[in-house]
Amino acid sequence: MQSKQQIEAQVRQWLTENWDPESNLVEWRSMLAQSGWGAANWPEEYFGKGLSAEMSTAIEDVFAEFGAVGTAQTGVRMLAAVTLLEHGNHEQKRQYLKRILTGEDHWCQLFSEPGSGSDLAGATTRADLDGDEWIINGQKVWNTSAHHANYGLLIARSDWDEAKHKGLSYFIIDMHQPGVEVRQLRQMNGHASFNEVFFTDARVPRENIISTPGNGWNVAMTTLAYERRSFDRSRDNKRSKQKGRIFVELKKELDISNEPYTWYPQRAGRVDLIMQRAEETGAINDPVQRQDIARLHILSESAKWTAQRAKAAQKAGKPQGPEGSLGKLAASEVGRLAARVHTTMSVNDALLTGPDSVRDGVIAEILVSVPAGSIAGGTDEIQRNIVAERVLGLPKETRFDEGPFRNVQRNSAAKDSGK
Amino acid sequence: MAFIFTEDQEQFRDSVSRFLKDKSSTPDVRSLMATEAGFNPDVWVQLSQQLGMTGVHMPEDLGGAGFGAVEMAIVCEEMGKSLYCGPYFASAVCAASAIRLAADSTQMEALLPEIIAGERLACLAVSEHQGVWSDENFSTTAVARDSGYLINGLKRFVVDGGNADLIVVVAKDDTGVGFYTVDANDVTVTALESMDPTRKLAHIQFTDSPAQKLANGGSDQLKLLLDIASTALANEMVGGAQTLLDSALSYTQLRFQFGRSIASFQAIKHRLADLLLELELAKSAAYQAAQTLASSALWCADGQAAHPEQVTEHASLAKAAASEVYLHTALECIQMHGGIGFTWENDTHLWFKRAKSSEVLLGTPAQHRERMLTALCAQPTDLKDSA
Repeated sequence: MQSKQQIEAQVRQWLTENWDPESNLVEWRSMLAQSGWGAANWPEEYFGKGLSAEMSTAIEDVFAEFGAVGTAQTGVRMLAAVTLLEHGNHEQKRQYLKRILTGEDHWCQLFSEPGSGSDLAGATTRADLDGDEWIINGQKVWNTSAHHANYGLLIARSDWDEAKHKGLSYFIIDMHQPGVEVRQLRQMNGHASFNEVFFTDARVPRENIISTPGNGWNVAMTTLAYERRSFDRSRDNKRSKQKGRIFVELKKELDISNEPYTWYPQRAGRVDLIMQRAEETGAINDPVQRQDIARLHILSESAKWTAQRAKAAQKAGKPQGPEGSLGKLAASEVGRLAARVHTTMSVNDALLTGPDSVRDGVIAEILVSVPAGSIAGGTDEIQRNIVAERVLGLPKETRFDEGPFRNVQRNSAAKDSGK
Repeated sequence: MAFIFTEDQEQFRDSVSRFLKDKSSTPDVRSLMATEAGFNPDVWVQLSQQLGMTGVHMPEDLGGAGFGAVEMAIVCEEMGKSLYCGPYFASAVCAASAIRLAADSTQMEALLPEIIAGERLACLAVSEHQGVWSDENFSTTAVARDSGYLINGLKRFVVDGGNADLIVVVAKDDTGVGFYTVDANDVTVTALESMDPTRKLAHIQFTDSPAQKLANGGSDQLKLLLDIASTALANEMVGGAQTLLDSALSYTQLRFQFGRSIASFQAIKHRLADLLLELELAKSAAYQAAQTLASSALWCADGQAAHPEQVTEHASLAKAAASEVYLHTALECIQMHGGIGFTWENDTHLWFKRAKSSEVLLGTPAQHRERMLTALCAQPTDLKDSA
């Protein structure tokens, strides 16, 4: 085993010999992928070095020191990577992982459906095997960046006689084919960060299944676990300001991958602006509004400390306490209260979105973005079930979806022909 | 600054918890709350002298254990859980801290060792009028005479005022707010009948009562004293709320209606999840307040001490948060128990009453929110930004 210092020295030497801000982005990243330094915590066989996550972070720090561009890590592509690393076969890993790291391929996630949101495993998009191809029919929704994607991570129902969770399979689908139609979905805040994807006799080669038929739910768990962990990951990138041909290309890539997320800070409520706005509006001098501002400060500080407690306990190797499962519910509360306080302080100015608006329309955008926070990534209601059942140990919900999925009651509007 | 208890602190908590389980069971609480003094002197001596709880946050040279605000908060939280009846908050937290803040070393050596040993009970008389703490509107006066002072005025809602041998009273003289000590034999104490019989309250009338002035007491000391008391009470409150939540969890799982436990209904389940969220948030606030207080001027060398306004911000934040959560949890706990929850026999009302008396003691949640925001705005910008 090499020490941290030895590895850092190797990376420094490699970067001294190879890093060039005037190089072409894809060529540079191909070289990185071959070297293993671009994804050091991946196995050596697949463009990594087989090092720990901790070592990998140390390596990223060395890259930051040089101002060197790393491999592509943004967007849904990392969900594809972790899923392939965990469940993909050798050919799939060789075929897809490198182009994930170089940023040549864009990926999207095809999980949610109009008829299955909270109940994700109730998906009714069909996958029917026809010779050497799976034929896909159905509709997906809330697919971030699907309009840029060449590949999709798809769960579809391949067996209607199995129980709900056992009839799903997980596929890699080529998005550029006649049977796939992507439509942008406009949200109540005016942005279009997501898509609807329609499949009409779309085709997936037999070898593009990940794992085995019927094991799709297990595979999806890997994707979802990573998605949850990366929930809070910062999306800004300071390196894009640096000089060199490679940074021009990088900026283009980041503009595309960050575009769906520009309103996410507003979704969280922009607590950071509260005190400034309280001064600007004079709300800081109003005893009634001071109470609301104080309530919000208490809530957001308590939520921050609760997250820190959970992290500190985890770091100290203590068993996870209840504080770890509550972050998402707390964030919903903070967002809702922040939206109320912001819009109350700004009164009529909170309505404006155009050139006459306050701070470029950000207050109005908070109001119309916050409702997404308590829906996306598991609704508050689902979160409460999880907290009640897994943390408090309360009885599980009575199930009405056991036995062959064919017989389970579904949305009457769901356009499937499973019955 | 992330909060986590050390192994030693966890062990200390365990020993406090075991002691209180044994000595402060609900039957003990019920029998003590029916008495006038409201506490068991034998248990008091044990917790003071065998476990050292009364001096855990006090300096070793005065007979304390030399720890800080976090250990004091641990004792308070555990006492809140078991609804301990006794003068810990009044004597060990409020009066002893007042003396430590305001007395010079000679006065401390004369007063604190006996209080820390639990041999002498003290109380703190600050509030007048409706029981609101304020350093501006005292009508209680101190007038110099001979080698001491004479105190005149009425202090209201003094916790354990009837149990104290020594009263630390805050009064005004020509120079402003000061801290004075008065012998309990020189005042008139009226015990109050309260809805919450687990916390004994009294009015204390001072009529030309002879007093000694503590050398260094003033507005700054009174402010920090309110921070200490608020932090201690916030930790006591989250302890009490934990017991209520545990009780609601256990009862709703035992109670069967319509062929299923009522905890299986989302109408109950989701509310219990929300109560857990509220409680964990309030705990984080209470623990953080204790941690910040532990680095206040009283426990920390000047150079590294936390900004006094941050100590106040966190203390009042925790007091406001814990007050609302405790009372809400108590009301929900009664509701989830249904009819039995409204009976005297069921224990829920004991915690509900303590929740209400804690909510208004030291100031209402709205007053503490205001106090917190004022303290936040008074901090240097870099501190505010890190918040």
